[in-house]
Amino acid sequence: MTRLSSPEKLECARKEIISKIDPAKPCISVCAGAGCLASGAADVIAAFKTELEFHNLTTEVNTKGTGCPGFCERGPIVMIYPEEICYLQVKPEDVPEIVSHTIKEKKVVERLLYVDPATGNKATKESDIPFYKNQQRNILSENIRIDSKSIDDYLAIGGYSALSKVLFKMTPEEVMGEVKKSNLRGRGGGGFPAWRKWEESRNAPDPIKYVIVNADEGDPGAFMDRALIEGNPHSILEGLIIGAYAVGAHEGFIYVRQEYPLAVVNINLAIRQAEERGLVGKNILGSNFDFTVKVHMGAGAFVCGESSALMTALEGRAGEPRPKYIHTAVKGVWDHPSVLNNVETWANVTQIINKGADWFTQFGTEGSKGTKIFSLVGKITNTGLVEVPMGVTLKDIIQNIGGGIPGGKKFKAVQTGGPSGGCIPEAQLDLVVDFDQLTKAGSMMGSGGMIVMDEDTCMVDIARYFIDFLKDESCGKCTPCREGIRQMLKVLTNITTGKGKEGDIELLEELAESTGAALCALGKSAPNPVLSTIRYFREEYEAHIRHKKCPALSCKELIAFHIQPDKCKACGTCFKQCPAEAIEGGKKRIHIIDQDKCTKCGTCLDVCPKQFGAVRKISGEPVPAPVPEEKRAL
Amino acid sequence: MDIAKIDQIIDKHNGEESSLIQILLDIQSEHHWLPKEALNRVAEKLQVPMSRIQHIATFYKAFSLVPKGRHEVHVCMGTACHVRGAQRVLDTVQDATGIKPGETDAELKFSLETVNCLGCCALGPVMEVDGKHHGNIAPSQIASVLNNCD
Amino acid sequence: MSEIHLQIDGKEVVASEGMTILEAAKTVGISIPTLCHSEKLEPYGGCRICTVEVEVRGWPKLVAGCIYPVEKDLVVRTKSEKVNKIRKVLIEEMLAHAPDAEVLKELATEYGADKDRFEKHPSFCIHCGLCVRYCAEIKKKNAVGFVDRGSNREISFIPEIAAKECWDCKECFPLCPTSALQAAYVLAESLMTPPESASGCGCSCSSGKKG
Repeated sequence: MTRLSSPEKLECARKEIISKIDPAKPCISVCAGAGCLASGAADVIAAFKTELEFHNLTTEVNTKGTGCPGFCERGPIVMIYPEEICYLQVKPEDVPEIVSHTIKEKKVVERLLYVDPATGNKATKESDIPFYKNQQRNILSENIRIDSKSIDDYLAIGGYSALSKVLFKMTPEEVMGEVKKSNLRGRGGGGFPAWRKWEESRNAPDPIKYVIVNADEGDPGAFMDRALIEGNPHSILEGLIIGAYAVGAHEGFIYVRQEYPLAVVNINLAIRQAEERGLVGKNILGSNFDFTVKVHMGAGAFVCGESSALMTALEGRAGEPRPKYIHTAVKGVWDHPSVLNNVETWANVTQIINKGADWFTQFGTEGSKGTKIFSLVGKITNTGLVEVPMGVTLKDIIQNIGGGIPGGKKFKAVQTGGPSGGCIPEAQLDLVVDFDQLTKAGSMMGSGGMIVMDEDTCMVDIARYFIDFLKDESCGKCTPCREGIRQMLKVLTNITTGKGKEGDIELLEELAESTGAALCALGKSAPNPVLSTIRYFREEYEAHIRHKKCPALSCKELIAFHIQPDKCKACGTCFKQCPAEAIEGGKKRIHIIDQDKCTKCGTCLDVCPKQFGAVRKISGEPVPAPVPEEKRAL
Repeated sequence: MDIAKIDQIIDKHNGEESSLIQILLDIQSEHHWLPKEALNRVAEKLQVPMSRIQHIATFYKAFSLVPKGRHEVHVCMGTACHVRGAQRVLDTVQDATGIKPGETDAELKFSLETVNCLGCCALGPVMEVDGKHHGNIAPSQIASVLNNCD
Repeated sequence: MSEIHLQIDGKEVVASEGMTILEAAKTVGISIPTLCHSEKLEPYGGCRICTVEVEVRGWPKLVAGCIYPVEKDLVVRTKSEKVNKIRKVLIEEMLAHAPDAEVLKELATEYGADKDRFEKHPSFCIHCGLCVRYCAEIKKKNAVGFVDRGSNREISFIPEIAAKECWDCKECFPLCPTSALQAAYVLAESLMTPPESASGCGCSCSSGKKG
């Protein structure tokens, strides 16, 4: 591969790549992100290759694995270009039909199209699918266009033109100015204005500075950064080098959690490719600017997503956070000025330089400019990554993009901000998503996880879940976090297992106040899910404590399964499937669950035929006495 | 255990102190655990105290100080998976393998761990076996997945 | 060293740059409780008993007095209702581990803490880190360190190093506010045999006789 030793050589190489692309040539793009791979995308790609070979079409039709567009629930996703036809949930068995109908005969395979659950309308093109249509996919739209493992694909869509512009047409101050004008705020959860961190580092007298990508996406339920760094690794790298130039850093780190092996592979490959082309390393594009970057893998610690803990991990230590008053922008890794930003923040930097701060600021609200990617998951019809301008309401996201709650269930709450965030009830769904509004409601935007919950979700259990998560993720150094979380978990576990008592809510609130003395944000924000669920769902806590009742019928120790005698038709399905052999029945005899043997696994409820619906869950009331023997015959 | 292999890994990272975690990750990946002799070698060559290595080896969940089973089963307990029934999946896996999270069975066949988010949240609940993800896994499907492991 | 003017509990204090709130308070006779702090060691900020309220440009926050450096015009409250409430809870949390520790009992009396508020925990250790830090910073032997994290975090001796170094040393033992250190040592002792060169009897007495 020839080194691109000047901007002119870069543009020449780009033109050459583009000239070889025939926009009319059919291309089959299959999402090769971790989500679709988990649904069998690798087999689909292999099937396409085999089928095209069989039809002697290998040279006429391109096949490629692309980055994650974020509609993971409907994967594997296949896009057919140039028509932009979008097929969902494609299996290897569907491939011969797609090749013969769509590729050869230019006809659409109707059954693989998206169907709107409300109207029954089918959408042929990706741009017609409501999930995508109602988004503003400034960053994510690039993913499906490129093979994540190809630098040529990235160059073809304009890659590294921002870097070239910065190194030859802008001073570091001008780059800083553009980022300042854009008012880009960190996308990792803190929402801190990027330019302020950059400027503080730039002004620090130490000549050795670092720039860092935080790809330790630890919030459970969030996978935006995975899609970006797997799907479009070069865009992150480009943003990082631009930042390094602005700050005056010549070394960088990309800290990727090891739970994302594909992201680790793709970013390492991207760096190697960029090095070969002279886009990373000494004298980039002949500009005299040097920059090298190393990838460090995380080793399974949520706390390392906290910036000072991450920097401690980069030094080869256990990730214990440092006191916040020491600005890591001045004293970070090895006590040198270090600018740490989230993956999505760096991706935005590249776009801001390419299209300008004025372009960027047309999206968003006064205090929160640009778009934000959310991972919309949980009890929602359309699960996946959603990119919207700041300022849309939660209702817009959940209804218009998410398609509402499946199964005819009622919406209960949406949890945002991960373990540092809170739950937002239905009454507050008109809140707009931006950094400041969600904080006022007792939650926070966080990194973008948005977990939808319905009537079957127990909010006390959700609080217990988050505290349980944090108990083992806390670094353990300071008393309020280490001990406070442990004590909160005890109280919450007692409440969810029927051992709650009066005063427990007040005890939780007192423990919550004491974590304010914690060393870092993990400890200080740990009580947020507890406090927000107490604020909006206090009656659930009280039901658990006072009446030993779980209104959502979820907490195992507080529920019982019961076969309603007037509905049981003795079909025997539950009897056969019960893994604990806890059901007693027989031909034409009403079935009865032995409560002592029942493990509350829920299988009987799942398998009871819908037309009978005889199994129900009850809570807070005694199980009705079994029907006497003589009345059991049907 | 081959000391030369350990030295190779250390040299790959230029024996740098800041690469300590990366070195241990490579050793873990190669041997499926961190043998004591390997840790002694790392302490010696990198000139770092054993107490620091011990802290790191127990602080980060990617490491194991005891040998792991041939098949590593991870059940995701992230929020999205939790809301979609991850606990039931975990209970079923525990029953099927006879071990709890953090344990390895007596025949060193299975090791079970819970993981806090694999990033496949749209496909919850997710179970990962030997690096392969099984999305939307129902408790009834678990037995066949595990039986396919020899 | 430049002078820094700040206010602690309503008193005007003139401190020098680089001083912590703990040090500055001491100069005007205000004592802030500490557990993990030692003059001989680097400030740690782990126990959080020294938590104080500060106001920086009108923004209130809770910080550790033993670490936070003095700033111009800082307003510090070392004993407010909020701070006292927090300290009481922290003491109660630590009493669940070591209800008989003298220093904790004294703090309990001062802050009205109830030693039976929380269920007792089998480990005595309150994670002040004095032993680990002393061995690392002063003796430079690193014979004892921390393992694991969160509520599973513990102190642990490295048997091979402890076998060589600790028999004749044990300088960290008097630093331990509870009996956790002794307990951990005894646990590790079963893995150690005293070196040939040992001169003491192996326990923390001052007899110097071989046992």
